[in-house]
Formats: sequence, C-alpha cells, structure tokens
Amino acid sequence: MAAAVADRGVRAKQSAPAVIARPGPRPWLWVLPLAFLGLFYLYPLTAIIARGLSGPAGDGIGIRQILTAATTLRALWFSTWQAAVSTVCTLAVGLPAAYVFARYRFPGKRLLRTVTLVPFVLPTLVVAAAWQALLGPHGFVNQALPALALPAPRFTGTAGAIIAAHVFFNTALVVRLVGDAWAQLHPRVTETAAVLGAGPLRRWRSVTLPLLTRPIVAAALLVFLFDFTSFGVVLLLGAGRFATLEVEIYLQTVTLFDLRAAAVLSLLQLLLTALVTTAYSSAAARYGATARLGRAATHERRPASGRERLLVALTVGALLVWLVVPLAALALRALFSVEDGRLTLALFTRLGSRPRGAALAVPPLLAIRNSLLFAALTALLSLAVGLPAAWAAIGVRRAWLRRLIDVGVMLPLGTSPVTIGFGFILALGLPGLDLRASPVLLPVAHTLVALPLVFRSLVGGLQAVPARLREAAAVLGASPGQRFIHVELPVLGRAVASAALFAAAISLGEFGASALIARPELPTVTTAIFRSLSRPGAANYGQGMALATILMLTTALSIAAIERLRVAAARDF
Amino acid sequence: MRYLIAVPVLTALLCAAHVAAEPAAEKPEVLTVMGHDSTVVPEEVLAEFEERYGARVSILLAGDAGSALNRAILAKGNPLADVLYGVDNAFLSRALEEGVFEPYEPAALADIAPELRLDASGHATPIDFGDVCVNYDITWFDEAGLAPPRTLEDLADPAYVDLLVVENPAASSPGLAFLLATVGRFGDPGYLDYWRELQKNGVRVAPDWETAYFAEFSGGTSAGDRPLVVSYGSSPPFEVIYAETPIEAPTTGVMVGDESCFRQIEFAGILAGTPRRELAERWIDFMLDTSFQASLPLNMFVFPVIADTPLAPEFERFLSIPEHPAHVDPAAIAEHRERWIRQWREAMAQ
Repeated sequence: MAAAVADRGVRAKQSAPAVIARPGPRPWLWVLPLAFLGLFYLYPLTAIIARGLSGPAGDGIGIRQILTAATTLRALWFSTWQAAVSTVCTLAVGLPAAYVFARYRFPGKRLLRTVTLVPFVLPTLVVAAAWQALLGPHGFVNQALPALALPAPRFTGTAGAIIAAHVFFNTALVVRLVGDAWAQLHPRVTETAAVLGAGPLRRWRSVTLPLLTRPIVAAALLVFLFDFTSFGVVLLLGAGRFATLEVEIYLQTVTLFDLRAAAVLSLLQLLLTALVTTAYSSAAARYGATARLGRAATHERRPASGRERLLVALTVGALLVWLVVPLAALALRALFSVEDGRLTLALFTRLGSRPRGAALAVPPLLAIRNSLLFAALTALLSLAVGLPAAWAAIGVRRAWLRRLIDVGVMLPLGTSPVTIGFGFILALGLPGLDLRASPVLLPVAHTLVALPLVFRSLVGGLQAVPARLREAAAVLGASPGQRFIHVELPVLGRAVASAALFAAAISLGEFGASALIARPELPTVTTAIFRSLSRPGAANYGQGMALATILMLTTALSIAAIERLRVAAARDF
Repeated sequence: MRYLIAVPVLTALLCAAHVAAEPAAEKPEVLTVMGHDSTVVPEEVLAEFEERYGARVSILLAGDAGSALNRAILAKGNPLADVLYGVDNAFLSRALEEGVFEPYEPAALADIAPELRLDASGHATPIDFGDVCVNYDITWFDEAGLAPPRTLEDLADPAYVDLLVVENPAASSPGLAFLLATVGRFGDPGYLDYWRELQKNGVRVAPDWETAYFAEFSGGTSAGDRPLVVSYGSSPPFEVIYAETPIEAPTTGVMVGDESCFRQIEFAGILAGTPRRELAERWIDFMLDTSFQASLPLNMFVFPVIADTPLAPEFERFLSIPEHPAHVDPAAIAEHRERWIRQWREAMAQ
C-alpha cells in the first residue's frame, strides 16, 4: 500500500507548478536522519545479512539447505502463484471499471472514486476481518446458508479467501493507475480505427491495449508486489495452512526460533522485491512521461445510448457491491449478535473489561489506547527525522546526490515490515543498549515504515514555499530562524499536519512489524484483532470484529482529513 | 555544596509523608505470570495467593507454549513477566540453554517424583504433567459402525481416512508431544515415513489445541467434523464435568495403546532479571501448595506433581492413563528437537 501512496504523491507533486526554492546547503541537518536510518535501518539490515550469510547455523544446516527446503519452496511457490492469480483477477475486476471511469461522466462519480479508495487505504487486517465477517465461520453467509438448507462453504483456510481479499483491496489501484492513463487517450484514435473497419475486439487488441500497456504493466507489478509480500491476510484467512515468504519469516522467528533461516529468507525476499520494484519503477517512470503529455485533455462524456447507460450502470453497480459489501458486513457483524442476530452495542461496551484468562492480556480498550499512543509517537518521530531530512534535501543542488538521497530515504519502503521487525530482534540486543524488549521499539519501527511517505510529502510542501517570499524576508533582514518561523512554517503547516496524520494512520494499521515486536502486555489494535480472530469462540470473534470496525472508522477518518488538507494546500497557491 | 544533602533528606521525608498519609491507598505489588494460551488458574486460587501476600496476580497469556518461551527469550534482560509457567519437557532444554530462568528450588521439590524432576540445575520447577493421546468421538464411531483406532499404526489405516486432526508441532505443545510420541514409536527417521502415511490418509493440521479441539473435533462439546483429535488422556472427564446437560459417561474416549501417548511435564521458573524476586519465589512455592495443585485437574486437565494431592472423584473415574507411553530420551529431545520439527514441516509441505 505504502508504495502506491508514495507513487501517487510523486505524481501529484510532478503535476503541481513547481516553485523550487533552494536555500543553501545545511549539512548539519543530516545528522539526525542519518543517525536514525543508520541505527534502525542499516544496522539491523547488516545484522540480517551477517546472520544469513555467515552466522552460526541453527542446527547445522547451510544456506543451500534452507533455500531448497520443501517449506521454503512451498512458501516461494505459494507467494508467486497466489500473487499472479490475484493480479490477473484484480485486472479483470479493475479494467472494466477503469474504462467506465475514463470514458463516461455519470452522477456520483467523484464520490465513487473516493469510495474505491477506501479498501486500499484500510489496514490489511481490517480487510481480512471484513471477509471473515462475510464468509468466515461466524460470518453472515455461513449463518444464512444452513438456514436455507444449503451447505455452508469452507472459506477461511482456503487460497480463494486470500485471493478474494487481495483483489478486494487492490482493485482501486488498477482503477486509478490505468483509469487515469486511459482518460488521457483521445477517443479519436479508436474512432479512426473504427472508420477504417476495425471491429471492437480488433480496436482493443491493436489500438487501445498497446497504448495502455505501460500503465497496465505498472499497475500489475505493483499489485503483484503487494500480494507477493502479503502478511496479515495470509496469516488470518489462511488459518495456518498457507504461508507466503513473509509469513514464513515470521514463523521461523516467532514459532520455530530459527533466526538463521529467517535471515536467509529475509534476504531472499529483499532480493525478489527489489527486482519487482525496479521493474515497476521503470514501467511507471516511462508511462508517467507519456501520460504527462496529454495531461490537460480528458475525454469523458455522458453515456449516450441505452447500451452505454446499461454498461455504466452495471459496472458501477458491480463495483459498489464488490467494494462495499465486505466492509458493511464487518460493521454489521460488530453490531448484530452472533448468537441471536439482535442489534446490540454489547461488543463495544465490553471492550473496556477483560475476564482473567481472555485471549488478550489487557482489556481491548487498552489496545486502542496503546495504538493511539504509538501513533502519536510515530507522528512525532517521523517529523523529527523527516523534517530535517526534507529541509536538507531541497538544499542539495547536485542531481546525482538528490537522486541518491531519494533512493536512500525510499529504501525502507522496499523492506517488508516483518523484515524490519526481524532486524530489530536480531540487532538491537546490544549489551548496555538492549532495546529489544523496550516499548519504544514499536514507534521506531512504524516510523521506518512511514518515513518514505512523510519525507516525500514534506519535500513537496517545502518546495512549494515561493522562493521570492523567502528572499524578500531575507532582504528585509530576517534571520534564517525568523524566516523559518514566519515564512516557511505557516506555509509548511498543512504539509506537516498531513504528513503527521499519514504517519499516525500507518502506525495505527501496521501489523507485520507489530506482530514480531509488540509486547503481549502492550498489544496494538492490530495485534489484538489478530489474536481475537485467530482463536476459536464467539466472544473472541465478536471482540475482533468490534476492534476491526473501530480501526476501519479511524483510518477512514484520518484519510479523509489528509485529503481535505491536501485540497486546502493546493488552493493556497 | 553542603545544601545538596537536603535533596535526599527532603525526598526521604516526602516519601515518608506519602506513606504515612495514605497507607490504605498503597498500591499492591503486581506479580505477572506469563503462560501459554491454555493457562487457566481459577479466581479463588488466585485470590488465596493475593490475600496471603497482599499482592495482585496478573496472568499474561503469550501465545502457544513455544511462542511464549521464544518471547521470553527475546525479552531477556527486560523480562515480560516475573514468572514463566508452561515450558514443557520438549522445550525445557531451550529455556535452560538460553538462560531465561533464575535458579530457585522450592522446599516442596522433595515431594515430587524423581522422574518428573528433569532439571538438575535447579532453575525449572515441575508443576504438572499429563498424557497427550489421541481422543475419539464415541458417538461418531458408534454411528459409523467402526471400531475406534487403538494404535498409532491404525491412524494410517485407510479405514480411518480423513478422520484425524492434529496440532502443528512447530507451534503447539501437545502437537510437539504427539510428534515425540511418533518419534518414540517409530524411531528416527522412521517417524517421517509414518507422517507421510498420515498425510496420505488425510490428516488435518490445526494451528493450536483450542482450534483442533473446539473447532475441528466432532466429539463432546465441540462443533467440528473430525472424530479423532490429539488431546489429553484427561479430556473425557472434562466432557462429563462441563456437559451442559448432565451425562452419565463421557462421549469421548482415549486411545491408550502401547507407545501411542507422550507424557508431557510442565515447568515454571523465575524469569531472569525480575525486580520482584521474592514474590516470584512465593508464587513458585504456591504452585506446589495443595490448593493450586488440586485446581489443576479440573481447570487444565493435567495431573498435580505432588503425589498425595486429592483428585475430584469424577476426574479419577473417567480418566485414562496409558500404561506404556512412548519414551524419548530427554537428551535426544534437546539435541534433535529443531531438526525433528523442521523435517516434519518439510515432509508435510511436500
């Protein structure tokens, strides 16, 4: 998810009229960001590499044996095939919608665009919970079908469940990425082909598809990447029967305690995701260039014939059902009792208490408090590291250095959260500075996950400060400090606020790193949801549903706030 | 500089004033006991300890038995809890090698049978033991007109295809105990061939005991579709005692054929680095007291290690104790455990 958000950020930035103001180089600003990335990213990564390549072997087996173990091959194969199938299905669902969005104007279009985004920004664990609410053992479908004397399907614990959830939360990516490019294709191109006698299939194959290849490939690679490294969905909906590489790293660490195997698998995954990311970047960069040429022109129109109206209505209707039903099921599951189907707030009022021996170590409400606390800390830390980095970055004049900085700050984005958490476990047990069991570790990990996006957003905000304004202030005798407080800060305020909210939202929904390093007595909302939903019993199930609903609403609210801030910021200039 | 001495003096005075002013509001010390997810200590037993020592007890469930221990190891130096309970004989060597426990030997250790006292170094105290055996759903086998299996070999017989659910030995302690039973019965590497046959015969692997017993098993209070499950020799009395409508005899039985069960011993120890060492010692002592020991059978369905602890009559009546559980040398477990689990996972992944 993060990468795509960043990607949108990049493209939004490119489209803004860039008023670039570069203050002089301020090397001292680099101290904090570099120290942070060095200690919490590069050092753990080095520890993983050292442990993977040369560390003492767990029970005397070598790298080759780990890489060719049946469990590794199975995880690799499962990661690959389910990601491939999920990607193809996502394209199948997303492309018709992308077409309708690109070509037609219809009432409620803007709202629908926002709605398609919702599943994409939700934490993966919420998405998994939503599908469980619909089709899991206590889900609505499994309750309704036996009542109609139909057999209830087995959903949880099947590959189909995992794929459905993947397609669900990535549909928006295809609709957005491909839809935007499609909107800029002039309809006259296909109209000409039609005049020349090409049928609809021929027009699609020989004209439209070649022109859309790059955006489709870019979207497909991004979807593939997310599905390949999927964690929460596989852990929860796979019910222990399936493992991606990401899940296998987690199992090797937490359950099997074979840190050496976990290190080797982390390296394997880093390598594979780096390959896919590189392929994506080159595809995205090239189509970004062509897409910008036709930016101004979009070619929407109202559906003219009855057939077109039907097409639009059907596509929009199907998309709405596909995206809204699971989320509605989640909210309703939290409101209607599993036992007697009556409307009740009991699941929410019960969140404040915990019977001794319950699945969670604390009342679920405390998990929410913990998560809010961690989110606030993550926001502060992200700004503390991101602001000086962004400020220093815009002062850099050499192009290659700017590119290097960009890549450096973006690195954690290509590292899976589980790998980040695993690196912490491996590296931060320094004698005298043993941070492994410290509660501060979690916000630090979340900051690493959020930092690339925060950095991009802040650089964008800083570059928007008109240079003339700053120069005028300088001419009038303002010191650099005064300029920062009176000129840059007010303009930057919105960018800072939205970056902070972004960091907080990421922290709230983060699960991979949390699953590895959250302490059981300090659960986060996501680890609490996972624990509640992975244990049998209606009470645990209801508790998980209530928590997932709260997380869904919180995330949706923060994303809405970020969108508002972004719109307001765009109006400022 | 002399005035600096005022600082500690004033602090001490303030503290004294604080203590004198509100003796009643003094917060009781909280002892945290970390256990695996199946840990159940009844309220009245906890209350007894809390009243006796003026402390509070918080039970921290930290995942399955293996994960709870691994978390304790990862948090070494800044322990997650004061006491860790539920490390079994399969994982004991890992706990001792990683040094998660501080040495402590309670006085009552002398009352425990020597074959249960596996830790000669005096770090881990045995608390309870139980036999991990295959349970069967009596009703299901009656209706199917099939005799319940009696040995591990029977489970691989096509007559029992698609009937068994086991726990993942990589994650669950009864699962690992059952894996050890197969190692004891078929040897190494014979156990792998046996598991391949089980897999051909449609064995289902559940992530943990709760899921296997309550969600996948068809017998007793459970709602699943598999009539055979890896559980405990003491599970049938559980079905009688906790039946919603009273029943005369258990609806589940235990497969106690020779070398088909594995005896699991659970230990507790004081986590290294605890700031509440003294209270933690009292808790370990308390776990060997009659009230705690007597609560074990009906809450966790395991046997007290203190031999003369009274057992509830219905527990004793419906209990199945295997005469000859499978035996695996503790030293061999310590040496080969990781490899056995890894090879099991690989065999099942193929």
